[in-house]
Amino acid sequence: MRVVNSTTRTSNTPPPLQHWLHHPRFVKALAMTTNALTSKSSTSGRLGDKIFSGAALAAGVLILITLFAVAVFLLIQALPTFFADPAEVSGGQGFFAYIWPIVIGTVIAAAIALAIATPVGLGVALFISHFAPRKVAGPLGYLIDLLAAIPSVIYGAWGYMILAPALVPGFEWLAKNLGFIPIFAGPASQTGKTMLTAGIVLAVMVLPIITSLTREIFLQTPKLHEEAALALGATRWEMITTAVLPFARPGIISAVMLGLGRALGETMAVALVLSTGNLIPSLIKTGNQTIAAEIALNFPEAFGLRLSELIAAGLVLFLITLVVNIFARGIIARHKEFSGAN
Amino acid sequence: MAKRIDVNDLNVYYSKFLAVEGVSINIEPKSVTAFIGPSGCGKSTFLRTLNRMHEVIPGGRVEGQVLLDGDDLYAPGVDPVTVRSQIGMVFQRPNPFPTMSIKDNVLAGVKLNGNKISRSDAEDLVEKSLRGANLWNEVKDRLDKPGSGLSGGQQQRLCIARTIAVKPDVILMDEPCSALDPISTLAIEDLINELKDDFTVVIVTHNMQQAARVSDKTAFFNIAGTGKPGKLIEFNDTTAIFSNPEQKATEDYVSGRFG
Repeated sequence: MRVVNSTTRTSNTPPPLQHWLHHPRFVKALAMTTNALTSKSSTSGRLGDKIFSGAALAAGVLILITLFAVAVFLLIQALPTFFADPAEVSGGQGFFAYIWPIVIGTVIAAAIALAIATPVGLGVALFISHFAPRKVAGPLGYLIDLLAAIPSVIYGAWGYMILAPALVPGFEWLAKNLGFIPIFAGPASQTGKTMLTAGIVLAVMVLPIITSLTREIFLQTPKLHEEAALALGATRWEMITTAVLPFARPGIISAVMLGLGRALGETMAVALVLSTGNLIPSLIKTGNQTIAAEIALNFPEAFGLRLSELIAAGLVLFLITLVVNIFARGIIARHKEFSGAN
Repeated sequence: MAKRIDVNDLNVYYSKFLAVEGVSINIEPKSVTAFIGPSGCGKSTFLRTLNRMHEVIPGGRVEGQVLLDGDDLYAPGVDPVTVRSQIGMVFQRPNPFPTMSIKDNVLAGVKLNGNKISRSDAEDLVEKSLRGANLWNEVKDRLDKPGSGLSGGQQQRLCIARTIAVKPDVILMDEPCSALDPISTLAIEDLINELKDDFTVVIVTHNMQQAARVSDKTAFFNIAGTGKPGKLIEFNDTTAIFSNPEQKATEDYVSGRFG
């Protein structure tokens, strides 16, 4: 620009400096330095913002890196299994034949746990948040939270020493009276160390997670909506179904998903309670296995291809959790318009 | 439809705290009665005792009688649920159920208590209620959209539609316009004027012009000081309250010399 100006300049044209001043960039820069608002903005506040957004970003990235690292580790370590000679894999028929029975077993155990823990957990949470007198609600809440802190090995010990023998008469009754349904086919296990027992133990372990989370969400239901329902002539239960449960729906799904995560991944309790075996439909006979327990029971003496198989099993568990969570997110997102967040 | 309310010497307590003392008032059917008074004077509390909503707050109870066409709301054996289905309420902030569509919001009260309603009856009722709340033309094309997507004034009219859908005898309104802009307020006030053809309307308001515009009768509540119970000071025709009040306190309040 200067070059052009210097060649075309005549005596009465403005000097190049002034020309410069009119350049849009310079005008903008000038305006920025002289704007009354710019000088007032405190730099310390902006620094705080920067630190915070940086920290939040770092935390988010860290999670992604961790997950990615886990996935990469599992994938690399599991690779030999997929390329191994099918005859060399446990069971002798390749990895798929080895893994699918325990995948089904894992899903069954988790399904039993959730089928029991979800209604009970929601019921306890509703009782604490909306029915119990304040004097009862507080201690009961603490008690439930405490259940979450008990180590899983203790649940396992309780499961196989106390719960399993206690359930044997029940299993025998089921086999006798409902034996025609494949899941209750007899003869019932005499030790009680069955899939159903494992599922019940898992349900007890999952219960505090579902209860604590949903209780917090139920308590957050806007008073305004509860009163709206009551003022229309709703009973307490109708108030809960019209105002509380719909409001809490995404939270309930998230709570159940967290519970499912624990049920799918639980190792110790299942390893102790379940007397493992091949995949069978009956829940009251010895048999079945879950991925987490399979890994825990065999890991100590595994090496070479066996180790790689177990890690591949871990990879499958990782994928199951991922798929279930994506599915749950989908359910929550589908009802976004009616979530009340708009 | 449209019953009268007679209150005899009513005391309202929250646990041991006496919130409102010694109120006696007769509310005529098919009229609009306004409750005015400074903040904290107990007018909202008193309004909530008229459909037993104050019992929602732990410790809330009353002494005295509230008669709906001669039937005591507080007689032993009376279920608050029944009371509330006959005496509806509209709140200060619009509170349509966010998880329901506009249509379901209108039908929410009707479907309670296990009541079934046929599809065609439901559609008729939705239209009639929304027309009754002067909202039909604005929402008839989006009945399946969420109620929370409407403007504040529309949401409040949706709440009124929801209330009139259950065909109550009385409609209580607790400062229904305090969260709304002037135009929406005007729409609600017009609506209140139409509602009194079919219902007994009781409205709490902080806005004295509003009381003067919409009500036939006005009750002035006041409080002697913090911690003291609120009392009904004067109850009369609205014109008398605003132009020729009997009590000094009423005159001071309506003329803006106080509160």
